[in-house]
Amino acid sequence: MATLKQLSERKEPLSGGHRACAGCGAPIVVRQILLAAQKPVVVACATGCLEVTTTIFPYSAWEVPFLHVAFENAGAAISGIEAMYQSLKRKGKITEDMLFVAFGGDGGTYDIGFQSLSGALERGHDILYVCYDNEAYMNTGIQRSSATPRGASTTTAPAGKVKQGKEQYRKDLTAVIAAHHIPYVAQASLGYPTDLIKKAEKAFSIKGPKFLNVLQPCRLGWGYKPENTIDIGKLAVDTGFWPLYEVENGKWKMTFTPKERKPFKDWLKTQDRFRHLFKPGNEQLLKELQEEVDRRYNEVLGRCAS
Amino acid sequence: MPAIARTGNEAMAEAMRQINPDVVAAYPITPATEIAQIFANFEANGDVDTEYVRVESEHSAMSATVAAAAAGGRAMTATSSQGLALMGEILPIASALRLPIVMPEVNRALSGPINIHCDHSDTMMNRDAGWIQIFSENAQEAYDNVLQAIRIAEHDDVLLPAMVTTDGFIISHCMEKIETMEDSDAKAFIGEYKPKNPLLDYKNPLTLGALDLQDYYFEHKRPIAEAMHKSKNVILEVGKEFEKKTGRSYGFFEEVSMEDAEIAIIALGSTAGTARMTVKNLREKGIKAGLIKLRVFRPFPEAELVNALKKLKVLAVLDRSDGYAATGGPLFSEIRSALYDLKTKPMVVNYVYGLGGREMNFELLDEIYADLQKIAKDGKVDQLVKYSGLRE
Repeated sequence: MATLKQLSERKEPLSGGHRACAGCGAPIVVRQILLAAQKPVVVACATGCLEVTTTIFPYSAWEVPFLHVAFENAGAAISGIEAMYQSLKRKGKITEDMLFVAFGGDGGTYDIGFQSLSGALERGHDILYVCYDNEAYMNTGIQRSSATPRGASTTTAPAGKVKQGKEQYRKDLTAVIAAHHIPYVAQASLGYPTDLIKKAEKAFSIKGPKFLNVLQPCRLGWGYKPENTIDIGKLAVDTGFWPLYEVENGKWKMTFTPKERKPFKDWLKTQDRFRHLFKPGNEQLLKELQEEVDRRYNEVLGRCAS
Repeated sequence: MPAIARTGNEAMAEAMRQINPDVVAAYPITPATEIAQIFANFEANGDVDTEYVRVESEHSAMSATVAAAAAGGRAMTATSSQGLALMGEILPIASALRLPIVMPEVNRALSGPINIHCDHSDTMMNRDAGWIQIFSENAQEAYDNVLQAIRIAEHDDVLLPAMVTTDGFIISHCMEKIETMEDSDAKAFIGEYKPKNPLLDYKNPLTLGALDLQDYYFEHKRPIAEAMHKSKNVILEVGKEFEKKTGRSYGFFEEVSMEDAEIAIIALGSTAGTARMTVKNLREKGIKAGLIKLRVFRPFPEAELVNALKKLKVLAVLDRSDGYAATGGPLFSEIRSALYDLKTKPMVVNYVYGLGGREMNFELLDEIYADLQKIAKDGKVDQLVKYSGLRE
């Protein structure tokens, strides 16, 4: 991997001065990934926090070519750009090697844009799709998504007198994408930047469709102080809730294993969206949440061992 | 010029082969499916050097086409009905990004109930999406219109997407003798495409599709109307140039026996072909009947239409889609509004017809012209909006 000094000397793909919240993880994810690119990059982006905070006309924070079309079609948009590149390159109208990256939140990736993404991956475009997964529709005001963890309070699945937030467990999208049998799929967290940048570098070195699912703490939607973004991203990994792994040509590999997994409630406690879980009467729910983290963690371990 | 037998779909696919777009992203849908299939054969046989993206939906077809065009090259797709409706979200984005995408669109009734046959409800639902809309009477026009649409859409004064429509099955699947241009002539006619501000020019990075709020959105929408107005001249210029090359003449609309006509109908698409014969028969009987076949619906050629219609006693506007308690169908409400400022104007009546592929034939057209004669004689329109060919 490039050293931090080398990375710091590279041209910024996303300038400061954008309108993301203080402590927002999304621009951190974008910078960590795009700094790993050693060739010209073109970005397509789904509607969402990242797009609206970085491109308020007449300003743009993007120092690389950037296209936003709509919410549910980042997969199709990056397909179209890459197809035009392949066509023009074949005809000799473009000679340089270029990289094509799509960014979508969990709304644009897990839910409304899932079909478009699945189609793009199946077709084998030479692209990297990055989900900045902040576990709810943050841009429209913290509504639940299929990436929202069970028990989280959101504005469309709030904790109330009889309900304890979202009632369903989250979708395991990384495994779903792995089932597309594309060359490279990985799960990462901005809390472990070296791991994330390594994965981005690897993705950029591989031809064909690649997918990175990056957990991105959201200070507003998760309810914590802006300075805790990185720590919360790290703790998600240390509890085993968000294991860091990659699937390269079908081979699963844990890229980081915490020496001793911390209790899941240590992570839950850091965020307001889970506060109600610690009221008396929710002990059983907390137990079930821990069991599901264990089950899924062991499932990944099992896949990595085989 | 080679004369060959082609269906409407084959004719449009043939035009696409000659255009040889850099990217095609398409999804099959009846009755436009053949266009995607025929083009796939062109690609498989090396007849085109297009990058063909076999997308998983029409939404992705239009999204990938928009992105490909923004990247910097010619990009096309083709669709019909539900497919166009699914693309609906992206159509105004294509025009707002000023991408000169050309799309064959085979007119088919919108669900529900589900139906695969012709009406114009799909195209009309998207009439205000900032797309140029050109209707075709037959396979020859479908071919000619696709080639001309490239020149119109890509013109510096225009830079708007364009859809060229045919009537589902009636034209799309009907075999006719058509004349095509030689490949070299077609290539010379459409010319080399030089994209404006391509996204792939990474040395000059552009942000496209930015968030555009109260401060600028309005100023960015107004030029679309301006470009649409300017496209009128371009449509005529391109039509003239095309006529020089092929002998086939194209304007905003075609007038049939309109010089001294007292009663006339105006219609879009294949119905004009049938009405042509009806007018001929009526003229033989000494009835001063005329016909206007409207080719270009967007931009709406308001002044030119008013000029062509102003001397009529009675005009029937035929709409192959309904406004469901609007002031008639979409063509009717626009034409009637266009005539408003005339001091003496024709009486105007609307016939909604042919929904879901219901046949429009000589008998129905005879009835309509007989109605018009009665209205002319009575001096009044009893019922503004009527249904033709409907069991009631």
